[in-house]
Amino acid sequence: MSTQTRTLAVVSAGLSNPSSTRLLADRLTAATVEALRERGITATVEVVELRQHARDLADNLLTGFPNASLREAVDTVTGADGLIAVTPIFSASFSGLFKTFFDVLDKDALAGRPVLMGATAGTARHSLALEHALRPLFAYLRAVAAPTAVFAASEDWAGGDGGLHDRVTRAAGELADLMAGRPPAAPADPFDDPTTSFEELLKGR
Amino acid sequence: MQFGIFSVSDVTPDPTTGRAPTEAERIKAMVAIARKAEEVGLDVFATGEHHNPPFVMSSPTTYLGYLAAQTSTLQLSTATTLITTNDPVKIAEDYALLQHLADGRVDLMMGRGNTGPVYPWFGQDIRTGIELAVENYALLRRLWREDVVDWEGKFRTPLQGFTATPRPLDGVPPFVWHGSIRSPQIAEQAAYYGDGFFHNHIFWPKEHTQRMVEFYRRRFEHYGHGSADQAIVGLGGQVFMRKNSQDAVREFRPYFDVAPVYGHGPSLEEFTSETPLTVGSPQQVIERTLGFRDYVGDYQRQLFLIDHAGLPLKTVLEQLDLLGEEVVPVLRKEFAALKPAHVPDAPTHASLVAAGRTATQPAVQPGEEVTTR
Repeated sequence: MSTQTRTLAVVSAGLSNPSSTRLLADRLTAATVEALRERGITATVEVVELRQHARDLADNLLTGFPNASLREAVDTVTGADGLIAVTPIFSASFSGLFKTFFDVLDKDALAGRPVLMGATAGTARHSLALEHALRPLFAYLRAVAAPTAVFAASEDWAGGDGGLHDRVTRAAGELADLMAGRPPAAPADPFDDPTTSFEELLKGR
Repeated sequence: MQFGIFSVSDVTPDPTTGRAPTEAERIKAMVAIARKAEEVGLDVFATGEHHNPPFVMSSPTTYLGYLAAQTSTLQLSTATTLITTNDPVKIAEDYALLQHLADGRVDLMMGRGNTGPVYPWFGQDIRTGIELAVENYALLRRLWREDVVDWEGKFRTPLQGFTATPRPLDGVPPFVWHGSIRSPQIAEQAAYYGDGFFHNHIFWPKEHTQRMVEFYRRRFEHYGHGSADQAIVGLGGQVFMRKNSQDAVREFRPYFDVAPVYGHGPSLEEFTSETPLTVGSPQQVIERTLGFRDYVGDYQRQLFLIDHAGLPLKTVLEQLDLLGEEVVPVLRKEFAALKPAHVPDAPTHASLVAAGRTATQPAVQPGEEVTTR
């Protein structure tokens, strides 16, 4: 058996503690770690709780740069091999806190990166926000979103037969396949020697 | 090493009184500030260029031409000249004329401008900002270095048999710096021509400055202008001082808290630790500034921003007294003692003339440097 390793970043935008958003994130994480293990891959998990960076994110909007604490979270996410991103649904979409985090990333920072999307709300009537709001967001960022996005409403936690466990397992398998099929992340460094020579820039190419 | 100040020319209400200076007051204050800079022994004054309120400096050469008559040693510069939205023909002519009036006390810093709406006012588009900077500057160099120019490009009408007038003073174009906060292409442009590179060094953590300068130095050496540590680097910086550090913090905080750009965000303490902003005693400013060298190497020009966010003229002039009396003399001595002999000073008109027509700035392209000597 090979001993490959991958890093898995988890972004949770839940506001309360404990939060059902974090609970869903943890379920997705555990299932993904297991699915990776079945594929011969050891995963290192790093969780970013956006609640802890609420003020940092507001500052970043105003100053244009992440402070040291937020920078660490950004580096964790942009340097990971795969991402689980989970938000509560507020007013028919992702929360502002969740969106702000992805707003302050460089637009290419997640290009090609496997992402598993999750969302929570009080009622299943919000479930398509995943497809209407989160999926276009990650399409814009050119991330590779797993086909299954996982929504959990209050009734799912109550043990209803909404099939949450099956959806979590399926989505985790999809994310694990995407991560296993891709070499470890190596973000482009803008300060590498340029691939386009300055002579070519001068000629307008 | 050169020390000076740079202004963004903002008209901002003083948050402690609610009163904004009139445009006339602000423009005349900028004259008083520049004259004071010379009086207290600083080397450089650089003004921004803006075409939208709340800024007043739309016509830098009008202002710098007036300053040229009001000063005698001060180096007059820009921070920045908009290489994207100005016609390079007008830049060539305006600054060559200024060179003559100022007896050569002129250099320029090129910048792209990051305000999207400004571009279409001048027939341009911010999305082509880098291309504009590359093409316009390449033309500007030719206009200063070739008496008769035939030229065709993408962004302006072609030129046939055109001579920019007047010709540069003594046949030596002004030295050019290129300013950019985060675009490696602009650092590459500066390195390609062997021009200076200036980092604003105000709004962002020092790591950004460090990486841009490292890149510029590496590429400067790659293009054969000298070793990386001989590249010409300038830095901005932002300070507010009082003899007593607590007084400086107390007095500056209301200006910081609502300042344009970063106001209403991080606290003064957070921003001071995250960025090069220094609010404190002259000794603290000396120590912080000497520390810049640790991450950019020996550099040639240090400009401070001191006249923004609604600070009253009287306060700004007091800042200049502190810079001139307590800070800059120490920095001059300390930096000079640390600088190895093979690291050059910032080029001036006199040094460029002495070094031969285009020693630090090759004729047009690096490849032609050898053949034109």
